Amino acid sequence: MKTLRIGNGCGFWGDNIDAPIRLAQRGKLDYLTLEYLAELTMSILALQKQRDPDKGYAGDFLDVLARLTPILHQQPKLKIITNAGGMNPLACAHRARSILAKAGLARKIGVVTGDDLMPCLDALLPAHPFTNLDTGEVLQTIRPRVVSANAYLGARPIADALAQGADIVITGRVADASLTVGPAMHEFGWAPDAWDRLSAASVAGHLIECGAQVCGGLWCSWRDVSDWADIGYPFVDLHDDGAFTISSDAGPGVIRETMIEQLLYEVGDPARYLTPDVVADFTSVAVQPVDGRTMRVSHAKGTPATDTYKVSIAYRDGYMASGTLVIAGPGAVEKAKISGEALLQRTGCTFDRSNIECLGAGACAPGIVSPLRTGGEGPGVRGELAEVVLRVSVHDHRKEAVERFAKEFAPLVTSGPPGVTGYTTGRPPVREVFAYWPAVVEKSVVQAKVEILK
Amino acid sequence: MIRLSDIAHGRSGDKGNHANIAVIAYTQAGYDWLRDHLTAELVSIYFAPMKPSRVQRFEAPNVWGLNFLLNDILAGGASRSLRIDTQGKTLALTLLQMEIGVPASIEAMKRPFTT
Repeated sequence: MKTLRIGNGCGFWGDNIDAPIRLAQRGKLDYLTLEYLAELTMSILALQKQRDPDKGYAGDFLDVLARLTPILHQQPKLKIITNAGGMNPLACAHRARSILAKAGLARKIGVVTGDDLMPCLDALLPAHPFTNLDTGEVLQTIRPRVVSANAYLGARPIADALAQGADIVITGRVADASLTVGPAMHEFGWAPDAWDRLSAASVAGHLIECGAQVCGGLWCSWRDVSDWADIGYPFVDLHDDGAFTISSDAGPGVIRETMIEQLLYEVGDPARYLTPDVVADFTSVAVQPVDGRTMRVSHAKGTPATDTYKVSIAYRDGYMASGTLVIAGPGAVEKAKISGEALLQRTGCTFDRSNIECLGAGACAPGIVSPLRTGGEGPGVRGELAEVVLRVSVHDHRKEAVERFAKEFAPLVTSGPPGVTGYTTGRPPVREVFAYWPAVVEKSVVQAKVEILK
Repeated sequence: MIRLSDIAHGRSGDKGNHANIAVIAYTQAGYDWLRDHLTAELVSIYFAPMKPSRVQRFEAPNVWGLNFLLNDILAGGASRSLRIDTQGKTLALTLLQMEIGVPASIEAMKRPFTT
């Protein structure tokens, strides 16, 4: 029976740059997938493209590709699927082609576009209102501030590119799991309504999309990881019937605990995990260990995909800055609070939003993990803290107000309570905020486009 | 009293301004106990200081998992939250520190010894 091995060497833009190289070397892969696009990455790439029409893609991919070229010589059949194209898949593909040419490699590059809805946004409005899934507002209210709008395309255009002979497929926004579903659809020739199989491949794609998170990363039993330096990256061995095994190229491998933590990661209703390809039912799968570092997943059920694509929209939403100071010695928590309040008052501004945090005293779960709780109920911090990190943040529609704020950290070193230190990194940077607007749009109005680079 | 982490592990992450927290039992007995006791209401009360607008619970008995969706708990989410944990990455650890009464069959719920 044919087995397809797909490994994911990158879980987000910023992930370990050696992982894809090691996974390709050690993994005996048929396909290497590389995932670069978080929810808000597209807005940053959109602005890069505005400034320079040849930019707007995940540049890390090109470095990885250059370092992969010796392996591509050794493994002529290895294929690569990546969403590194971001807002400019074509420019990314042209750069990739010259890297391959320089290395003496003749590989066909497939490019998937059509996810970028900005060119047709005004034609689609208001018939397609892009209603905010969280707030119920219509997009018209913020239309002038929209920076990017991308539909999450599915696996079909990736499979089409492969059918047209592509060895490397570079896409813009596609659903993360579809990077895995695409090759499976192509290799096994699954029908578009093979819902159970598409569901199985989506489960596989979901499990590996965040890289090491399925094979030791974030694992609650972290003391069981013996070599954190080489944690390992995951791959699946997928069969035509949709059953698959999952393991990794190093580290603790994939065991029940690591896999289930990742199965439910960033999931709403696990019985209805929506992708552009299928509605996958994670509660249908049977899981069992194969050996100490491999799990088997089978019996996935799926139902027909919805007739909409999810759309990720980013819009300009003012300015933010966050700065930190270290506050040490007796009364650190109390001193941090006093210092943070003084800092905000000294700016003379009233901000749209502000926040004072005391890192070290339960700031990750404000009000729940309490500072200096000495016993009794609830999670707490025991005993007096030697030092804390004061973090103050503001958000405002006026850039100058946020810039004023950024100048108030240094003065506390001489005009605050004793024990203020850690001011070595200069004024905190003021950054523009791109807020997230989740929506959907009918599939019928989005045209995915596949081309093979000549 | 014991902590939830004595019978379960978990992971949390963001979905826009919402967070999900998966709580996964180490054994079937542990899952049965969690399903009966770790209600959406209890989780909602626990996280009340962070003001979720709504807490939903989903069951995944095949993997001994309960998945909680906490709406609007991230103070703006990845793009505009002013908190250090913009994406709720640490919320699972916070929930797993919840103190619970010792279940009668606690021994059948603990993490099995693995090599």
